[in-house]
Parts: sequence; C-alpha cells; structure tokens
Amino acid sequence: MPRGILGKKIGMSQIFTDIGLAIPVTVIEAGPCIVVQIKTAAKDGYNAIQIGFGEKRERLFTKPMAGHFSRAGVRALRFLREFIVEDPEAYQVGQEIKADIFAPGEKVDVVGTTKGKGFAGTIKRHGFHRGPMSHGSKYHRGPGSLGAKGPARVYKGRKLPGHLGTERVTVQNLEIIRVDADRNLIAVRGAIPGPKGGLVQIKPSTRS
Amino acid sequence: MNLIHSLEEEQIKGNIVRFNPGDTVRVHVKVIEGTRERIQVFEGVVIRRRGGGLGETFTVRRVSYGIGVERTFPLHTPKIDRIEVMRRGRVRRAKLYYLRGLRGKAARIQDKR
Repeated sequence: MPRGILGKKIGMSQIFTDIGLAIPVTVIEAGPCIVVQIKTAAKDGYNAIQIGFGEKRERLFTKPMAGHFSRAGVRALRFLREFIVEDPEAYQVGQEIKADIFAPGEKVDVVGTTKGKGFAGTIKRHGFHRGPMSHGSKYHRGPGSLGAKGPARVYKGRKLPGHLGTERVTVQNLEIIRVDADRNLIAVRGAIPGPKGGLVQIKPSTRS
Repeated sequence: MNLIHSLEEEQIKGNIVRFNPGDTVRVHVKVIEGTRERIQVFEGVVIRRRGGGLGETFTVRRVSYGIGVERTFPLHTPKIDRIEVMRRGRVRRAKLYYLRGLRGKAARIQDKR
C-alpha cells in the first residue's frame, strides 16, 4: 500500500548499534498529518490522498484555503501535499497519519527542497576546474571557453553561472533506523535535502 | 535542536570518568573475534578531545615498539567497556600534537601536583 507522510527536518545525529557502529542519521519530525481530501479516479481522474501538516496563524489563511479546511472539517494546516494511493477507500477525511506507518529497516525516498545558494559560478554550480591563482595568471574562476568558433553561437544547454539550490530533490533508498511514534520522530540513514526546519515528504522507496 | 539533544541523551554514557588531554589512560575496548568477545586494553596519553554531546571523540597516543600508534575513539561508543585514568598530566594546551615530533625523554609529561 503506497503511503506517505510529511515532516520537518530537525537535524543530523548518530546512533550507535549494539556492536558499536555509529550510523549517521537525519532526524525528521514526521506528522501527525491529517487527511484533508481524498481524490478518486471517478471524480478527479486519479487516486490520491491529500494530507496536511504544520501550524500557521489563523488569520494568515486565505479565505479559499480556510474554506477548503472547514469543508473537510479539519483544523487548518500549513502545508498540503498529495500522495498517490491505489486504494483511496482505505482512508477517511480527518484521519490522522502518524510516524508509525513506517518501521525500522524499511527503505524510503525523501523529497525536500535544497538550500538556496543564490547566483553561483560554474565552479560551485557545475564542478568546473579553476584556473591558476598565481604565476601571472589572470584567469581564476571563469567558465572558460563557451564553444568553437564554427557555429558562431553558444549551444543550448551550455553550463554557465546561474541560480543554484532551492530545488526539489529526491534522495532514494534511505533506510529507516528508528521510529518514535510518541514524539513523532523518524530517523533515516544519511543526509536529506534542505535546511533544518525544512518540509520533507517521506514515501516508500520506488527502488524496492 | 532540543529534540536532537533529547534523542542523543538516551545514548550518552553517564558513568565516564573525567579525563583531560595529557592524562595517561587505559581504554578497555571490546573486540569481537568470530563469536567470542574479549577485552583489549589500549594504554597511552590522551592527545586530544574534540566535539561535544554524542559525537565527542578522544585520541590516545602510545609508542609501541618504537612506532607511534594513535587511536581515536568515540567517547560514547558501546565498544568501550571502561576507561581508567592512570596518571594526570600537567600540560599547557588542549591538543598535544607536538608529542608526535618528540621521542623518549622529551615526550614525557609532568604529573599534575
């Protein structure tokens, strides 16, 4: 059964196993999420659940958003995301989704938005090499040649400076190390995109 | 940050003896050989402690058969059975990397009065 939960990245830590291996983990405060809307193939063309997560001050909700929540009969939530499910009948509006939908040992994919790096040069953005910093060189961090003289133009897709970060990234196949349903915490092995406090989606791995 | 702290607290050992750089310690390390587990002792001078919380580590240096050996242990790893402090040394810095360049008499550390 495809599932999913929304969470907030808390930060990284490590967990020691019984034999003394230190596993690097990212701690995510996952849920509780509330099912706000159920989409069915008959009505919406596809099967999905829409779930909400997080707090926001009451007056910051727009009228249409407030109406969407009041129609569902749930409290207003900051984030709404959809997860594709095969069996929308298994869910009800208002149902709570907690961290214990996942168990330790399971493999998950985590979707997040990376940290923004602003307008970045080609070294940071594409991993280009640098020119010599000394010995009379005046070419330090530039992008180098943009192409041959022949076409008399720059080919589309040329790697150049530009905006880097603030991009949706999925990290696949992360192992769940620990689940703490009382404190709504999930610890996954390894790093996930985004700053501390950033919104992340956790769903079963498409790799497995 | 607090959530991380409370999560790490469960794993932090409360019974660790106090020791500082310059102290000579005996680290009792659990070694797993096949199915058997035994304790191996590593004795030497603490030349550094770094990090904090669950991620804190310390490095012990000893000279074994004329060759300097350094081992870095996570302070809270379950692999360490216990730590014994043999001598407290008087040193004037936190990281004793200068010991690497010294041998024999020069590499001694005065006892703390």
